Amino acid sequence: MTASTAAQAAYIVAALLFILSLAGLSRHETSRSGVVFGIAGMAIALAATIGLASRSIAATGIALLAVAMVIGAGIGLWRARRVEMTGMPELIAILHSFVGLAAVLVGWNGYLDVEARGSGQTEIAHDLLNIHHAEVFIGIFIGAVTFTGSIIAFLKLSARIKSSPLMLPGRNYLNIGALVAFVGLTTAFVASPNVGLLVAVTAVALALGLHLVASIGGGDMPVVVSMLNSYSGWAAAASGFLLDNNLLIVTGALVGSSGAYLSYIMCTAMNRSFLSVIAGGFGMEAAPSDDKEYGEYREIKAEDTAELLRGATSVVITPGYGMAVAQAQYPVADLTRRLRERGVEVRFGIHPVAGRLPGHMNVLLAEAKVPYDIVLEMDEINDDLAATTVVLVIGANDTVNPAAAEDPSSPIAGMPVLRVWEAENVVVFKRSMNTGYAGVQNPLFFRENSQMLFGDAKERVEDILKVL
Amino acid sequence: MSQSAQPVGVVGVVSESQPGESRVAATPATVKQLRALGYQVVVETGAGHGASLSDEAFEEAGARIGDRVQVWGADVVLAVNAPSDEEIALLSDGAVLVALLAPATRPDLVDALAERPVTALAMDAVPRISRAQSLDVLSSMANIAGYRAVVEAAHLFGRFFTGQVTAAGKVPPAKVLVAGAGVAGLAAIGAAGSMGAVVRATDPRPEVADQVRSLGGEFLSVESAEAQVSATGYAKEMSDDYNTRAAALYAQQAADVDIIITTALIPGRPAPLLITEEMVASMRPGSVVVDMAAVQGGNVAGTVAGEVVVTANQVSIIGYTDLAGRLPAQASQLYGTNLVNLMKLLTPEKDGRLVLDFDDVVQRSVTVVRGGEKTWPPPPVQVSAAPAPTAAAPPPTPVTKEKRPITPGRRYTAVGAAAAVLFVLAGFAPAQLIGNLTVFVLAIVIGYYVIGHVHHALHTPLMSVTNAISGIIVVGALLQIGHAHTAVTVLSFVAILLASINIFGGFAVTRRMLGMFSKD
Repeated sequence: MTASTAAQAAYIVAALLFILSLAGLSRHETSRSGVVFGIAGMAIALAATIGLASRSIAATGIALLAVAMVIGAGIGLWRARRVEMTGMPELIAILHSFVGLAAVLVGWNGYLDVEARGSGQTEIAHDLLNIHHAEVFIGIFIGAVTFTGSIIAFLKLSARIKSSPLMLPGRNYLNIGALVAFVGLTTAFVASPNVGLLVAVTAVALALGLHLVASIGGGDMPVVVSMLNSYSGWAAAASGFLLDNNLLIVTGALVGSSGAYLSYIMCTAMNRSFLSVIAGGFGMEAAPSDDKEYGEYREIKAEDTAELLRGATSVVITPGYGMAVAQAQYPVADLTRRLRERGVEVRFGIHPVAGRLPGHMNVLLAEAKVPYDIVLEMDEINDDLAATTVVLVIGANDTVNPAAAEDPSSPIAGMPVLRVWEAENVVVFKRSMNTGYAGVQNPLFFRENSQMLFGDAKERVEDILKVL
Repeated sequence: MSQSAQPVGVVGVVSESQPGESRVAATPATVKQLRALGYQVVVETGAGHGASLSDEAFEEAGARIGDRVQVWGADVVLAVNAPSDEEIALLSDGAVLVALLAPATRPDLVDALAERPVTALAMDAVPRISRAQSLDVLSSMANIAGYRAVVEAAHLFGRFFTGQVTAAGKVPPAKVLVAGAGVAGLAAIGAAGSMGAVVRATDPRPEVADQVRSLGGEFLSVESAEAQVSATGYAKEMSDDYNTRAAALYAQQAADVDIIITTALIPGRPAPLLITEEMVASMRPGSVVVDMAAVQGGNVAGTVAGEVVVTANQVSIIGYTDLAGRLPAQASQLYGTNLVNLMKLLTPEKDGRLVLDFDDVVQRSVTVVRGGEKTWPPPPVQVSAAPAPTAAAPPPTPVTKEKRPITPGRRYTAVGAAAAVLFVLAGFAPAQLIGNLTVFVLAIVIGYYVIGHVHHALHTPLMSVTNAISGIIVVGALLQIGHAHTAVTVLSFVAILLASINIFGGFAVTRRMLGMFSKD
């Protein structure tokens, strides 16, 4: 067994461990062992690679490698420990950008290592050289799109820039133009590799990533984040082709396809085609033209809400992004506990696209120690809503909009929603009467069985707790 | 289209002249609210007497006390009952009169009002839409009347409502049948139920069954194919078939129950006869019937409006038409608040200037005379006041045009095309690339199937773990570092650093998240 075959063997083991890791994460019971498998796979892969690399590089190389990993690990662990659960979407977005940037750098290295040395290079067999050229380009392209796309997603999610979609004229042509330019540049590069083309393709890809995500609005962020997750996988796979490394290909393809599938699930949850999300601009069409008469909403005070809850037999809480913004998960968990002690049946109904990240609400509720077996998916709870005494809608809007089910002319028509309006009473926690992300008025607020509780969700829930 | 009235409005609150009327159109509390809208308020001497509200109390709230002529001459006149001809003559030109005018049943009154250059608003013509609920006098009065009907019945009924077992023997609970589960009926069900009676209710609209049950009543449905879903929020007349079946139900119940409260009113029509003479005769002696529809002829054979009739078999039939007025303080407060809500609507600037906007269906509907011109009847308002049927109906199946079932032929074509492309690609590729492609394609398939059944709640951890795993790109950088080229080494260094953040950060944050998920 040579060092190189040992490394190959280790890679196969690592790849299998990664598959086990992903499989484990699909269920609560096995999720923790899933992470352990993932860590083990990564450790094996790193050990094998470092072992392989250490034979061919100088001591300074090893030292640099160690320094880079230690610094990276330090930053990573520090961020992971400090991050607020409400800040998870931002963290994940920024992590995606790192993978993208790393893929760009690896691509450039590939060029500098092989093409830049001209015909004198010996690492790549001659018949594979053209393929290598193309691989360099593809790797850099996907990596750069992931990089700038994730940066924009990060900025939008952390509210450093406006989350409304950027609407450039002919934005679809811009995207298509960038793809055409990429194909053209690749052909030119394969014919005669030079650094100018490399710079050009990097610039085109960076601009595309920027524009692609900038033109997608904040409400579609769950899809964008999982889409970027998928891209980061493809970027890794492209690097694998470039370096002829099967581990990278396998891992990249795993991440890429699982991310794509996740995006697909998100899109189905919003009843929208994947392409229309990627092409961006949702929310524009939904804009005004909304002078329809909805009637009057009624306000309720925290004390009266407490009274209502006290008399309830079953309560369903449907949280949305507003709960995350107000950091209300702890008081909500407290309220849940208090009500359950009184014998009230409390459950949570989570819409698939609630929040800014797939599963965002679940993570927040878990953080606040809400047992996960009372946190149900939309499909699990929807039929029970009619038999529910009180539904508390905390910071959700479009995901509980009856217009989606009843008004075929509504911009969100056909999107599956939580049918909270079937419950006996609905209390909506909201900061104001503004519309939700989709910019669509919500007839729920004007229903006879719903009442509005205005103010900061956290403070209002705390007020209710005081009365209880 | 809008019309503005006098610069600073004076609101007059009249003392009701109709005999037996104890309500008043304002209370000290609503006077304050009217003043907040910018109006001056004049209250007629002794207006609040019947509702135990003294002139001093009105004065304290900021009203002036005036005489009959002053009050009727105000810019806006608030009254409970329709005015007499003499009172209409007292109205000043351009004045606005707000009262219960019953325009549908009293066309003569509407005509009389239209002869004067005044505007008349009928509080009993408020459309039944959600937005207008706060003005809906019929609802607020019916609520009070329903409660009072039970109290009147209990007063004449010689027994407890609640069942008791005492040392002196067992007392069975009273059985109450409420016909019509509108606002009044529901109030009666609630009141009778809370006194301990066994309450049953009937209504042609099946959607009210839940409302009846929520108040502790038992809903008796008439077995009929014809179910009524109301578009206007009021009940309408039923077919003969339904009526025969309903009559059978009433006949059977009459013999069983102790108290019957009927509330069946159809707007603008005589009340339907529900309880016949034979049914009354079949009731036990001492039973009580309250006919809340007496004002429109009554639901019960033998009702006399405004009186109590005792039949030969000792059944009392109560035909009071002023049930709401028998709780004058409460009724005045609710009616006054309804009026304030209307005035809020009519005074958008809160500057004491009344503005009538005919584009608003509520304002259009209540206006029976405008500036001496008859505007009754208003165009119909088609709004559902019954949310129950819409809510109960299953949401329409979402239109999914993408979800066209894929025909086998289409699928074979797609798979065949993909296979052909792959074949050509692999056929022309060098051996090494084929190996890579094989691995790539298989891994995609595995990735898809592995997460196919991922639990929704685990999406975020899954994403952060795939994130960590995609840090595997570090392997690429590791293999490149330390090679001769300085630029390569620098770039690799940065790549390793970034990817390491991903690997360690991703796994650490996933572990942290999963640690939080706990089962009960």
